[in-house]
Amino acid sequence: MAEPKEMITVQDLHLYYGQQEALRGVTIDFHRNEITAVIGPSGCGKSSLLKTINRLNDLVPDVTVTGTVKLNGQDIYAPNMDAVALRKEVGMLFQQPNPFPFSIYDNVIYGLRISGEKRKNVLDEAVERSLKAAAIWDEVKDRLHDNAMSLSGGQQQRICIARVLATQPKVILMDEPTSALDPISSSEIERTMLKLKDDYSIVIVTRNMQQASRISDRTAFFLAGELIEDGPTRDIFMQPQKKETEDYISGRFG
Amino acid sequence: MKNDDIRASLMKRSRAAKNERFGKTLTGLCILIIITVVVSIFFFVASKGLATFFTNKVNLWKFLTGTIWNPGATDAQGNPQVGALPMIVGSFAVTFLAAIVATPFAIGAAVFMTEISPKIGRKVLQPVIELLVGIPSVVYGFIGLSVVVPFVRRTFGGSGFGILSGTFVLFVMILPTVTSMTIDALNSVPRNYREASLALGATRWQTIYKVVLRASTSGIITAIVFGMSRAFGEALAVQMVIGNAMLLPGNLISPASTLTSVLTMGMGNSVMGSLSNNALWSLALLLLIMPLIFNIIIRKIAKKGAIR
Ligand SMILES: Nc1ncnc2c1ncn2[C@@H]1O[C@H](COP(=O)(O)OP(=O)(O)OP(=O)(O)O)[C@@H](O)[C@H]1O
Ligand SMILES: [Mg+2]
Repeated sequence: MAEPKEMITVQDLHLYYGQQEALRGVTIDFHRNEITAVIGPSGCGKSSLLKTINRLNDLVPDVTVTGTVKLNGQDIYAPNMDAVALRKEVGMLFQQPNPFPFSIYDNVIYGLRISGEKRKNVLDEAVERSLKAAAIWDEVKDRLHDNAMSLSGGQQQRICIARVLATQPKVILMDEPTSALDPISSSEIERTMLKLKDDYSIVIVTRNMQQASRISDRTAFFLAGELIEDGPTRDIFMQPQKKETEDYISGRFG
Repeated sequence: MKNDDIRASLMKRSRAAKNERFGKTLTGLCILIIITVVVSIFFFVASKGLATFFTNKVNLWKFLTGTIWNPGATDAQGNPQVGALPMIVGSFAVTFLAAIVATPFAIGAAVFMTEISPKIGRKVLQPVIELLVGIPSVVYGFIGLSVVVPFVRRTFGGSGFGILSGTFVLFVMILPTVTSMTIDALNSVPRNYREASLALGATRWQTIYKVVLRASTSGIITAIVFGMSRAFGEALAVQMVIGNAMLLPGNLISPASTLTSVLTMGMGNSVMGSLSNNALWSLALLLLIMPLIFNIIIRKIAKKGAIR
Protein backbone atom coordinates (compact mmCIF):
# COMPACT_ATOMS: atom_id res chain seq x y z
CA MET A 1 0.00 0.00 0.00
CA ALA A 2 1.52 3.27 -1.08
CA GLU A 3 1.15 5.81 1.69
CA PRO A 4 1.55 9.50 0.94
CA LYS A 5 4.97 10.68 2.02
CA GLU A 6 3.52 13.41 4.20
CA MET A 7 2.93 12.32 7.78
CA ILE A 8 1.91 15.70 9.09
CA THR A 9 0.55 18.52 6.98
CA VAL A 10 0.21 21.96 8.48
CA GLN A 11 -1.76 24.59 6.63
CA ASP A 12 -1.98 28.30 7.34
CA LEU A 13 -1.46 27.73 11.05
CA HIS A 14 -1.88 30.74 13.31
CA LEU A 15 -1.36 30.50 17.03
CA TYR A 16 -2.11 33.21 19.56
CA TYR A 17 -1.22 33.39 23.23
CA GLY A 18 -3.92 35.86 24.22
CA GLN A 19 -3.32 38.74 21.85
CA GLN A 20 0.23 37.79 20.95
CA GLU A 21 0.63 35.96 17.65
CA ALA A 22 3.34 33.31 18.02
CA LEU A 23 2.80 31.55 14.68
CA ARG A 24 1.81 33.66 11.68
CA GLY A 25 0.38 31.45 8.99
CA VAL A 26 2.68 28.45 8.81
CA THR A 27 2.33 25.92 5.99
CA ILE A 28 4.69 22.96 6.12
CA ASP A 29 4.78 19.17 5.65
CA PHE A 30 6.65 16.67 7.76
CA HIS A 31 7.55 13.44 6.00
CA ARG A 32 7.14 9.83 6.99
CA ASN A 33 10.26 8.06 8.28
CA GLU A 34 12.35 11.17 8.02
CA ILE A 35 13.95 13.47 10.53
CA THR A 36 12.94 17.08 10.07
CA ALA A 37 14.99 19.68 11.89
CA VAL A 38 13.28 22.90 12.92
CA ILE A 39 15.75 25.72 13.44
CA GLY A 40 15.48 29.42 14.16
CA PRO A 41 16.35 32.02 16.78
CA SER A 42 14.91 32.01 20.28
CA GLY A 43 11.26 32.97 20.49
CA CYS A 44 10.50 32.31 16.82
CA GLY A 45 7.82 29.79 17.72
CA LYS A 46 9.57 26.42 17.38
CA SER A 47 8.28 24.99 20.62
CA SER A 48 4.87 26.46 19.94
CA LEU A 49 4.76 24.65 16.61
CA LEU A 50 5.65 21.31 18.21
CA LYS A 51 3.04 21.73 20.89
CA THR A 52 0.31 22.31 18.33
CA ILE A 53 1.12 18.95 16.77
CA ASN A 54 0.32 17.02 19.97
CA ARG A 55 -2.13 19.65 21.22
CA LEU A 56 -0.14 20.22 24.38
CA ASN A 57 -0.99 23.85 23.80
CA ASP A 58 -4.57 23.07 24.81
CA LEU A 59 -3.37 23.24 28.39
CA VAL A 60 -2.21 26.83 28.18
CA PRO A 61 -5.04 29.19 29.02
CA ASP A 62 -6.06 31.70 26.32
CA VAL A 63 -4.55 29.90 23.38
CA THR A 64 -6.22 30.25 20.00
CA VAL A 65 -5.28 28.07 17.05
CA THR A 66 -6.55 28.58 13.49
CA GLY A 67 -5.66 26.71 10.32
CA THR A 68 -5.41 22.97 9.95
CA VAL A 69 -2.99 20.36 11.21
CA LYS A 70 -3.44 16.89 9.79
CA LEU A 71 -1.87 13.69 11.05
CA ASN A 72 -2.07 10.92 8.49
CA GLY A 73 -4.78 12.89 6.69
CA GLN A 74 -6.84 13.37 9.82
CA ASP A 75 -7.56 16.85 11.12
CA ILE A 76 -6.33 16.84 14.71
CA TYR A 77 -8.22 20.00 15.62
CA ALA A 78 -11.51 18.55 14.38
CA PRO A 79 -14.20 18.76 17.06
CA ASN A 80 -14.52 14.99 17.39
CA MET A 81 -10.77 14.53 17.81
CA ASP A 82 -9.67 13.32 21.22
CA ALA A 83 -6.49 15.07 22.34
CA VAL A 84 -5.65 12.25 24.75
CA ALA A 85 -5.84 9.66 21.97
CA LEU A 86 -3.80 11.94 19.70
CA ARG A 87 -0.99 12.15 22.22
CA LYS A 88 -0.67 8.39 22.17
CA GLU A 89 0.11 8.68 18.45
CA VAL A 90 2.42 11.66 18.82
CA GLY A 91 5.11 11.27 21.45
CA MET A 92 7.19 14.12 22.77
CA LEU A 93 10.64 14.54 24.23
CA PHE A 94 11.52 17.64 26.20
CA GLN A 95 14.60 19.77 26.64
CA GLN A 96 15.11 18.75 30.25
CA PRO A 97 15.15 14.98 30.68
CA ASN A 98 12.02 14.43 32.75
CA PRO A 99 11.72 10.83 33.90
CA PHE A 100 9.26 10.33 36.73
CA PRO A 101 10.84 9.71 40.13
CA PHE A 102 9.90 6.04 39.81
CA SER A 103 11.84 2.96 38.79
CA ILE A 104 13.17 2.65 35.25
CA TYR A 105 10.65 -0.12 34.64
CA ASP A 106 7.70 1.94 35.86
CA ASN A 107 8.81 4.85 33.72
CA VAL A 108 8.93 2.86 30.54
CA ILE A 109 5.57 1.17 31.01
CA TYR A 110 3.79 4.34 32.11
CA GLY A 111 2.09 4.89 28.76
CA LEU A 112 0.92 1.28 28.58
CA ARG A 113 -0.31 1.24 32.16
CA ILE A 114 -2.50 4.28 31.63
CA SER A 115 -3.96 2.59 28.57
CA GLY A 116 -5.01 -0.25 30.83
CA GLU A 117 -2.34 -2.82 29.96
CA LYS A 118 -1.81 -5.10 32.96
CA ARG A 119 -0.41 -8.33 31.56
CA LYS A 120 3.06 -8.76 32.97
CA ASN A 121 4.54 -10.52 29.97
CA VAL A 122 3.35 -7.77 27.64
CA LEU A 123 4.81 -5.10 29.90
CA ASP A 124 8.10 -6.95 30.35
CA GLU A 125 8.41 -7.41 26.65
CA ALA A 126 7.63 -3.74 25.97
CA VAL A 127 10.28 -2.66 28.46
CA GLU A 128 12.96 -4.74 26.82
CA ARG A 129 11.99 -3.76 23.29
CA SER A 130 11.77 -0.04 24.09
CA LEU A 131 14.98 0.11 26.07
CA LYS A 132 16.77 -1.71 23.29
CA ALA A 133 15.36 0.65 20.67
CA ALA A 134 16.47 3.58 22.79
CA ALA A 135 19.94 2.02 22.96
CA ILE A 136 20.10 1.87 26.73
CA TRP A 137 19.14 -1.72 27.43
CA ASP A 138 22.67 -2.91 28.10
CA GLU A 139 23.33 -0.13 30.57
CA VAL A 140 20.23 -0.64 32.68
CA LYS A 141 19.08 -4.22 32.20
CA ASP A 142 20.39 -5.26 35.60
CA ARG A 143 18.85 -2.35 37.46
CA LEU A 144 15.38 -1.98 35.99
CA HIS A 145 13.94 -1.43 39.43
CA ASP A 146 16.32 1.33 40.41
CA ASN A 147 15.02 4.86 40.48
CA ALA A 148 15.37 6.53 37.08
CA MET A 149 16.55 9.71 38.80
CA SER A 150 19.78 7.98 39.75
CA LEU A 151 20.90 7.85 36.11
CA SER A 152 23.00 10.43 34.29
CA GLY A 153 21.31 13.14 32.24
CA GLY A 154 21.97 11.39 28.95
CA GLN A 155 20.73 8.08 30.29
CA GLN A 156 17.64 9.78 31.67
CA GLN A 157 16.90 11.27 28.27
CA ARG A 158 17.19 7.84 26.68
CA ILE A 159 14.83 6.44 29.32
CA CYS A 160 12.45 9.19 28.22
CA ILE A 161 12.89 8.07 24.61
CA ALA A 162 12.12 4.50 25.65
CA ARG A 163 9.09 5.72 27.54
CA VAL A 164 7.81 7.37 24.37
CA LEU A 165 8.65 4.35 22.19
CA ALA A 166 6.80 1.95 24.49
CA THR A 167 3.47 3.44 23.43
CA GLN A 168 4.43 2.94 19.75
CA PRO A 169 3.57 6.40 18.44
CA LYS A 170 3.75 7.34 14.77
CA VAL A 171 5.50 10.62 15.32
CA ILE A 172 8.08 11.73 17.86
CA LEU A 173 8.47 15.42 18.58
CA MET A 174 11.74 16.45 20.17
CA ASP A 175 12.20 19.89 21.65
CA GLU A 176 15.95 20.49 21.95
CA PRO A 177 16.45 16.99 23.36
CA THR A 178 20.22 17.30 23.71
CA SER A 179 20.73 20.91 24.70
CA ALA A 180 20.95 20.01 28.39
CA LEU A 181 23.41 17.18 27.75
CA ASP A 182 27.15 16.81 27.35
CA PRO A 183 28.58 16.10 23.87
CA ILE A 184 29.01 12.37 24.42
CA SER A 185 25.46 11.85 25.65
CA SER A 186 24.26 14.04 22.79
CA SER A 187 25.94 11.94 20.17
CA GLU A 188 24.49 8.80 21.75
CA ILE A 189 21.03 10.31 21.47
CA GLU A 190 21.73 11.28 17.87
CA ARG A 191 22.78 7.75 17.01
CA THR A 192 19.61 6.47 18.63
CA MET A 193 17.54 8.88 16.55
CA LEU A 194 19.07 7.76 13.30
CA LYS A 195 18.06 4.19 14.10
CA LEU A 196 14.54 5.25 15.02
CA LYS A 197 13.67 6.93 11.77
CA ASP A 198 13.02 3.60 10.06
CA ASP A 199 9.95 3.22 12.21
CA TYR A 200 9.00 6.72 13.21
CA SER A 201 8.66 10.20 11.82
CA ILE A 202 10.71 12.62 13.84
CA VAL A 203 10.52 16.38 14.20
CA ILE A 204 13.39 17.85 16.14
CA VAL A 205 13.87 21.41 17.29
CA THR A 206 17.52 22.23 17.71
CA ARG A 207 19.79 25.22 18.14
CA ASN A 208 22.78 23.23 17.14
CA MET A 209 23.43 23.72 13.41
CA GLN A 210 25.90 20.84 13.20
CA GLN A 211 23.35 18.58 14.79
CA ALA A 212 20.69 19.64 12.30
CA SER A 213 23.00 19.02 9.36
CA ARG A 214 24.26 15.69 10.77
CA ILE A 215 21.00 13.97 11.47
CA SER A 216 18.13 15.56 9.58
CA ASP A 217 16.76 14.78 6.15
CA ARG A 218 14.89 18.04 5.87
CA THR A 219 15.31 21.35 7.60
CA ALA A 220 12.83 24.15 8.22
CA PHE A 221 13.98 27.62 9.19
CA PHE A 222 11.64 29.84 11.19
CA LEU A 223 11.87 33.50 12.01
CA ALA A 224 9.44 35.51 14.12
CA GLY A 225 6.61 33.01 13.82
CA GLU A 226 6.95 32.50 10.10
CA LEU A 227 8.42 29.69 8.05
CA ILE A 228 11.13 31.33 5.97
CA GLU A 229 12.35 28.31 4.09
CA ASP A 230 12.26 24.54 4.18
CA GLY A 231 13.67 21.75 2.05
CA PRO A 232 16.24 18.96 2.04
CA THR A 233 18.84 19.67 4.71
CA ARG A 234 21.63 19.64 2.16
CA ASP A 235 20.01 22.41 0.11
CA ILE A 236 19.19 24.55 3.11
CA PHE A 237 22.75 24.41 4.34
CA MET A 238 24.58 24.50 0.99
CA GLN A 239 22.49 26.83 -1.09
CA PRO A 240 19.80 28.59 0.93
CA GLN A 241 17.36 30.53 -1.21
CA LYS A 242 16.65 33.28 1.30
CA LYS A 243 19.06 35.80 2.67
CA GLU A 244 17.71 35.37 6.26
CA THR A 245 18.41 31.64 6.13
CA GLU A 246 21.92 32.19 4.95
CA ASP A 247 22.57 34.79 7.63
CA TYR A 248 21.24 32.50 10.34
CA ILE A 249 23.09 29.33 9.43
CA SER A 250 26.31 31.17 8.90
CA GLY A 251 25.91 32.50 12.41
CA ARG A 252 25.42 36.13 11.58
CA PHE A 253 22.51 36.43 14.00
CA GLY A 254 20.39 34.39 16.38
CA MET B 1 55.34 38.08 66.81
CA LYS B 2 52.21 36.22 65.96
CA ASN B 3 50.69 37.73 69.03
CA ASP B 4 51.84 41.13 67.91
CA ASP B 5 50.06 40.65 64.60
CA ILE B 6 46.89 39.71 66.33
CA ARG B 7 47.21 42.58 68.74
CA ALA B 8 47.78 44.98 65.90
CA SER B 9 44.75 43.77 64.06
CA LEU B 10 42.72 43.93 67.22
CA MET B 11 43.79 47.51 67.84
CA LYS B 12 42.52 48.78 64.53
CA ARG B 13 39.34 46.84 64.37
CA SER B 14 36.95 48.45 61.94
CA ARG B 15 33.41 49.61 62.60
CA ALA B 16 32.09 46.83 60.39
CA ALA B 17 33.94 44.22 62.37
CA LYS B 18 32.54 45.66 65.58
CA ASN B 19 29.05 45.51 64.15
CA GLU B 20 29.59 41.96 63.09
CA ARG B 21 30.80 40.95 66.51
CA PHE B 22 27.84 42.66 68.08
CA GLY B 23 25.44 40.85 65.73
CA LYS B 24 27.07 37.53 66.36
CA THR B 25 26.93 37.99 70.12
CA LEU B 26 23.30 39.05 69.99
CA THR B 27 22.09 36.17 67.85
CA GLY B 28 24.27 33.74 69.78
CA LEU B 29 22.71 34.96 73.00
CA CYS B 30 19.21 34.46 71.62
CA ILE B 31 20.00 30.92 70.61
CA LEU B 32 21.57 30.24 73.98
CA ILE B 33 18.44 31.43 75.76
CA ILE B 34 16.17 29.32 73.56
CA ILE B 35 18.28 26.23 74.06
CA THR B 36 18.41 26.81 77.80
CA VAL B 37 14.64 27.14 77.97
CA VAL B 38 14.03 24.00 75.94
CA VAL B 39 16.56 21.95 77.87
CA SER B 40 15.24 23.10 81.22
CA ILE B 41 11.66 22.33 80.25
CA PHE B 42 12.67 18.89 79.17
CA PHE B 43 14.78 18.35 82.25
CA PHE B 44 12.05 19.59 84.55
CA VAL B 45 9.31 17.48 83.02
CA ALA B 46 11.57 14.45 82.92
CA SER B 47 12.69 14.77 86.52
CA LYS B 48 9.14 15.19 87.74
CA GLY B 49 7.73 12.56 85.45
CA LEU B 50 10.36 10.00 86.32
CA ALA B 51 9.86 10.59 90.03
CA THR B 52 6.73 8.47 89.79
CA PHE B 53 8.90 5.51 88.93
CA PHE B 54 11.98 6.21 91.03
CA THR B 55 10.60 7.93 94.12
CA ASN B 56 7.13 6.43 94.27
CA LYS B 57 8.37 3.09 92.92
CA VAL B 58 5.57 2.68 90.42
CA ASN B 59 6.25 -0.06 87.92
CA LEU B 60 6.65 1.44 84.41
CA TRP B 61 4.89 -1.49 82.82
CA LYS B 62 1.99 -1.19 85.24
CA PHE B 63 1.83 2.51 84.47
CA LEU B 64 1.58 1.90 80.74
CA THR B 65 -0.84 -1.03 80.89
CA GLY B 66 -2.90 -0.44 84.02
CA THR B 67 -6.49 0.51 83.41
CA ILE B 68 -7.42 2.18 86.69
CA TRP B 69 -6.37 5.76 87.25
CA ASN B 70 -6.84 6.86 90.81
CA PRO B 71 -3.54 8.19 92.09
CA GLY B 72 -4.97 9.15 95.47
CA ALA B 73 -5.84 5.55 96.36
CA THR B 74 -4.04 2.24 96.55
CA ASP B 75 -5.20 -1.22 95.56
CA ALA B 76 -5.48 -4.30 97.72
CA GLN B 77 -1.72 -4.89 97.65
CA GLY B 78 -1.04 -1.30 98.57
CA ASN B 79 0.20 -0.28 95.15
CA PRO B 80 -0.86 3.14 93.88
CA GLN B 81 -3.43 2.98 91.10
CA VAL B 82 -1.83 4.86 88.26
CA GLY B 83 -2.78 2.96 85.12
CA ALA B 84 -2.53 5.31 82.16
CA LEU B 85 -3.76 2.92 79.50
CA PRO B 86 -7.25 4.44 79.19
CA MET B 87 -5.76 7.84 78.42
CA ILE B 88 -3.11 6.45 76.14
CA VAL B 89 -5.74 4.54 74.20
CA GLY B 90 -8.00 7.60 74.14
CA SER B 91 -5.23 9.86 72.86
CA PHE B 92 -4.16 7.49 70.13
CA ALA B 93 -7.74 6.69 69.14
CA VAL B 94 -8.76 10.32 68.59
CA THR B 95 -5.44 11.09 66.91
CA PHE B 96 -5.52 8.24 64.42
CA LEU B 97 -9.22 8.50 63.72
CA ALA B 98 -8.97 12.24 63.14
CA ALA B 99 -6.03 11.68 60.79
CA ILE B 100 -7.83 8.92 58.91
CA VAL B 101 -10.89 11.09 58.40
CA ALA B 102 -8.93 14.24 57.58
CA THR B 103 -6.58 12.68 55.04
CA PRO B 104 -9.00 12.13 52.13
CA PHE B 105 -10.53 15.57 52.61
CA ALA B 106 -7.13 17.22 52.76
CA ILE B 107 -5.91 15.44 49.65
CA GLY B 108 -9.13 16.21 47.81
CA ALA B 109 -9.00 19.89 48.69
CA ALA B 110 -5.30 20.11 47.87
CA VAL B 111 -5.76 18.44 44.48
CA PHE B 112 -8.58 20.81 43.70
CA MET B 113 -6.51 23.82 44.64
CA THR B 114 -3.34 22.89 42.84
CA GLU B 115 -4.46 20.81 39.87
CA ILE B 116 -8.07 21.54 39.06
CA SER B 117 -8.82 25.13 39.84
CA PRO B 118 -5.88 27.08 41.22
CA LYS B 119 -7.80 30.33 40.65
CA ILE B 120 -10.79 29.49 42.83
CA GLY B 121 -8.37 27.81 45.20
CA ARG B 122 -6.34 30.94 45.70
CA LYS B 123 -9.33 33.26 45.90
CA VAL B 124 -11.74 31.23 48.02
CA LEU B 125 -10.16 28.22 49.68
CA GLN B 126 -6.83 29.75 50.70
CA PRO B 127 -8.47 32.47 52.86
CA VAL B 128 -10.87 29.93 54.34
CA ILE B 129 -7.99 27.67 55.32
CA GLU B 130 -6.06 30.56 56.83
CA LEU B 131 -9.13 31.55 58.79
CA LEU B 132 -9.59 28.03 60.11
CA VAL B 133 -5.97 27.88 61.28
CA GLY B 134 -6.45 31.09 63.23
CA ILE B 135 -9.52 30.05 65.21
CA PRO B 136 -8.58 29.39 68.87
CA SER B 137 -9.14 25.84 70.04
CA VAL B 138 -11.58 26.84 72.75
CA VAL B 139 -13.93 28.02 70.01
CA TYR B 140 -13.70 24.67 68.26
CA GLY B 141 -14.39 23.00 71.59
CA PHE B 142 -17.37 25.23 72.24
CA ILE B 143 -18.85 24.49 68.83
CA GLY B 144 -18.16 20.81 69.41
CA LEU B 145 -19.93 20.96 72.73
CA SER B 146 -23.00 22.72 71.42
CA VAL B 147 -23.30 21.14 67.98
CA VAL B 148 -21.31 17.92 67.67
CA VAL B 149 -22.11 16.40 71.05
CA PRO B 150 -25.91 16.80 70.71
CA PHE B 151 -25.69 15.54 67.14
CA VAL B 152 -23.81 12.41 68.19
CA ARG B 153 -26.24 11.89 71.06
CA ARG B 154 -29.24 12.07 68.75
CA THR B 155 -27.73 9.94 66.00
CA PHE B 156 -25.83 7.25 67.89
CA GLY B 157 -27.31 7.41 71.38
CA GLY B 158 -25.38 7.63 74.63
CA SER B 159 -24.39 10.91 76.17
CA GLY B 160 -22.80 12.22 73.01
CA PHE B 161 -19.49 12.68 74.80
CA GLY B 162 -16.76 10.36 73.69
CA ILE B 163 -14.11 9.49 71.17
CA LEU B 164 -16.41 10.09 68.21
CA SER B 165 -17.06 13.69 69.18
CA GLY B 166 -13.39 14.19 69.97
CA THR B 167 -12.45 12.78 66.59
CA PHE B 168 -14.85 15.08 64.86
CA VAL B 169 -13.57 18.21 66.56
CA LEU B 170 -9.94 17.26 66.00
CA PHE B 171 -10.66 16.42 62.37
CA VAL B 172 -11.87 19.96 61.76
CA MET B 173 -8.95 21.37 63.71
CA ILE B 174 -6.18 19.56 61.86
CA LEU B 175 -7.80 19.70 58.44
CA PRO B 176 -6.47 23.15 57.50
CA THR B 177 -2.93 22.31 58.58
CA VAL B 178 -2.85 19.00 56.77
CA THR B 179 -4.45 20.55 53.70
CA SER B 180 -2.03 23.42 53.39
CA MET B 181 0.96 21.14 53.89
CA THR B 182 -0.43 18.77 51.27
CA ILE B 183 -0.82 21.72 48.91
CA ASP B 184 2.85 22.54 49.41
CA ALA B 185 3.74 18.92 48.70
CA LEU B 186 1.74 18.87 45.46
CA ASN B 187 3.13 22.22 44.35
CA SER B 188 6.66 20.95 44.82
CA VAL B 189 6.11 18.30 42.15
CA PRO B 190 7.94 19.71 39.12
CA ARG B 191 5.70 20.94 36.32
CA ASN B 192 7.53 18.88 33.77
CA TYR B 193 6.33 15.59 35.31
CA ARG B 194 2.82 16.70 34.54
CA GLU B 195 3.79 17.70 31.00
CA ALA B 196 5.54 14.39 30.42
CA SER B 197 2.52 12.46 31.62
CA LEU B 198 0.03 14.39 29.50
CA ALA B 199 2.29 14.15 26.46
CA LEU B 200 2.23 10.37 26.89
CA GLY B 201 -1.52 10.39 26.47
CA ALA B 202 -2.58 10.41 30.11
CA THR B 203 -5.74 12.20 31.10
CA ARG B 204 -5.56 14.94 33.66
CA TRP B 205 -6.99 12.63 36.29
CA GLN B 206 -4.48 9.88 35.50
CA THR B 207 -1.73 12.45 35.73
CA ILE B 208 -2.94 13.50 39.16
CA TYR B 209 -3.14 10.11 40.76
CA LYS B 210 -0.44 8.23 38.89
CA VAL B 211 2.22 10.93 38.88
CA VAL B 212 1.49 13.92 41.09
CA LEU B 213 0.16 12.06 44.12
CA ARG B 214 2.71 9.30 43.75
CA ALA B 215 5.62 11.71 43.44
CA SER B 216 4.48 13.64 46.50
CA THR B 217 3.71 10.68 48.76
CA SER B 218 6.45 11.48 51.25
CA GLY B 219 5.30 15.10 51.48
CA ILE B 220 1.71 14.03 52.04
CA ILE B 221 2.69 11.55 54.75
CA THR B 222 4.69 14.29 56.43
CA ALA B 223 1.58 16.47 56.37
CA ILE B 224 -0.49 13.73 57.96
CA VAL B 225 2.04 12.97 60.68
CA PHE B 226 2.28 16.68 61.40
CA GLY B 227 -1.49 16.85 61.75
CA MET B 228 -1.38 13.84 64.05
CA SER B 229 1.13 15.41 66.35
CA ARG B 230 -1.12 18.47 66.56
CA ALA B 231 -4.13 16.32 67.34
CA PHE B 232 -2.19 14.39 69.94
CA GLY B 233 -1.23 17.51 71.82
CA GLU B 234 -4.56 19.32 71.64
CA ALA B 235 -6.07 19.65 75.11
CA LEU B 236 -8.86 22.16 75.54
CA ALA B 237 -11.19 21.34 72.67
CA VAL B 238 -10.92 17.61 73.28
CA GLN B 239 -11.47 17.93 76.97
CA MET B 240 -14.74 19.76 76.28
CA VAL B 241 -16.27 16.97 74.22
CA ILE B 242 -14.71 13.68 75.23
CA GLY B 243 -16.53 13.16 78.52
CA ASN B 244 -13.46 12.76 80.74
CA ALA B 245 -14.20 9.33 82.12
CA MET B 246 -11.00 7.56 83.05
CA LEU B 247 -12.16 4.25 81.72
CA LEU B 248 -10.89 2.12 78.95
CA PRO B 249 -13.20 3.19 76.11
CA GLY B 250 -15.40 0.29 75.02
CA ASN B 251 -16.81 2.03 71.99
CA LEU B 252 -16.67 5.34 70.18
CA ILE B 253 -19.59 6.98 71.93
CA SER B 254 -18.88 6.20 75.56
CA PRO B 255 -17.11 8.89 77.57
CA ALA B 256 -13.36 8.55 77.56
CA SER B 257 -10.29 10.69 78.25
CA THR B 258 -6.97 11.59 76.74
CA LEU B 259 -3.56 12.32 78.23
CA THR B 260 -4.12 16.02 77.70
CA SER B 261 -7.62 16.11 79.13
CA VAL B 262 -6.56 14.30 82.29
CA LEU B 263 -3.71 16.77 82.68
CA THR B 264 -5.87 19.85 82.33
CA MET B 265 -8.50 18.44 84.64
CA GLY B 266 -6.11 17.23 87.33
CA MET B 267 -3.47 19.94 87.33
CA GLY B 268 -5.10 22.22 89.88
CA ASN B 269 -6.08 19.51 92.30
CA SER B 270 -2.82 18.00 93.42
CA VAL B 271 0.00 18.99 95.68
CA MET B 272 3.48 19.43 94.26
CA GLY B 273 5.64 16.41 95.11
CA SER B 274 2.76 14.10 95.91
CA LEU B 275 2.24 10.93 93.93
CA SER B 276 -0.85 12.25 92.18
CA ASN B 277 1.15 15.25 91.08
CA ASN B 278 4.11 13.17 89.92
CA ALA B 279 1.78 10.86 88.02
CA LEU B 280 0.45 13.84 86.09
CA TRP B 281 4.01 14.79 85.23
CA SER B 282 4.53 11.30 83.89
CA LEU B 283 1.61 11.89 81.55
CA ALA B 284 3.20 15.19 80.53
CA LEU B 285 6.43 13.35 79.84
CA LEU B 286 4.55 10.96 77.56
CA LEU B 287 3.04 13.94 75.77
CA LEU B 288 6.50 15.38 75.33
CA ILE B 289 7.99 12.17 74.00
CA MET B 290 5.26 11.32 71.51
CA PRO B 291 5.66 14.45 69.32
CA LEU B 292 9.37 13.76 69.42
CA ILE B 293 8.71 10.33 67.96
CA PHE B 294 6.35 11.85 65.40
CA ASN B 295 9.11 14.28 64.51
CA ILE B 296 11.63 11.51 64.04
CA ILE B 297 9.16 9.77 61.73
CA ILE B 298 8.74 12.98 59.72
CA ARG B 299 12.48 13.33 59.33
CA LYS B 300 12.87 9.71 58.26
CA ILE B 301 10.19 10.21 55.62
CA ALA B 302 11.66 13.49 54.44
CA LYS B 303 15.06 11.87 54.05
CA LYS B 304 13.60 9.01 52.09
CA GLY B 305 11.77 11.52 49.92
CA ALA B 306 14.94 13.48 49.23
CA ILE B 307 16.76 10.47 47.82
CA ARG B 308 14.06 9.75 45.31
N1 LIG C 1 2.63 29.74 27.43
C1 LIG C 1 2.86 30.91 26.78
N2 LIG C 1 2.14 32.00 27.09
C2 LIG C 1 2.36 33.17 26.44
N3 LIG C 1 3.28 33.33 25.51
C3 LIG C 1 4.04 32.30 25.15
C4 LIG C 1 3.86 31.02 25.78
N4 LIG C 1 4.75 30.15 25.24
C5 LIG C 1 5.44 30.86 24.33
N5 LIG C 1 5.02 32.14 24.26
C6 LIG C 1 5.51 33.17 23.37
O1 LIG C 1 5.43 32.70 22.05
C7 LIG C 1 6.60 33.03 21.33
C8 LIG C 1 7.20 31.77 20.77
O2 LIG C 1 7.66 30.98 21.83
P1 LIG C 1 8.31 29.56 21.65
O3 LIG C 1 8.53 28.99 22.98
O4 LIG C 1 7.48 28.78 20.71
O5 LIG C 1 9.69 29.93 20.96
P2 LIG C 1 10.93 29.00 20.66
O6 LIG C 1 11.27 29.19 19.23
O7 LIG C 1 10.70 27.62 21.11
O8 LIG C 1 12.06 29.66 21.52
P3 LIG C 1 13.29 28.97 22.25
O9 LIG C 1 14.29 28.67 21.20
O10 LIG C 1 13.78 30.02 23.19
O11 LIG C 1 12.79 27.76 22.95
C9 LIG C 1 7.52 33.78 22.27
O12 LIG C 1 7.39 35.15 22.02
C10 LIG C 1 6.98 33.44 23.62
O13 LIG C 1 7.13 34.55 24.49
MG1 LIG D 1 11.55 26.35 22.67
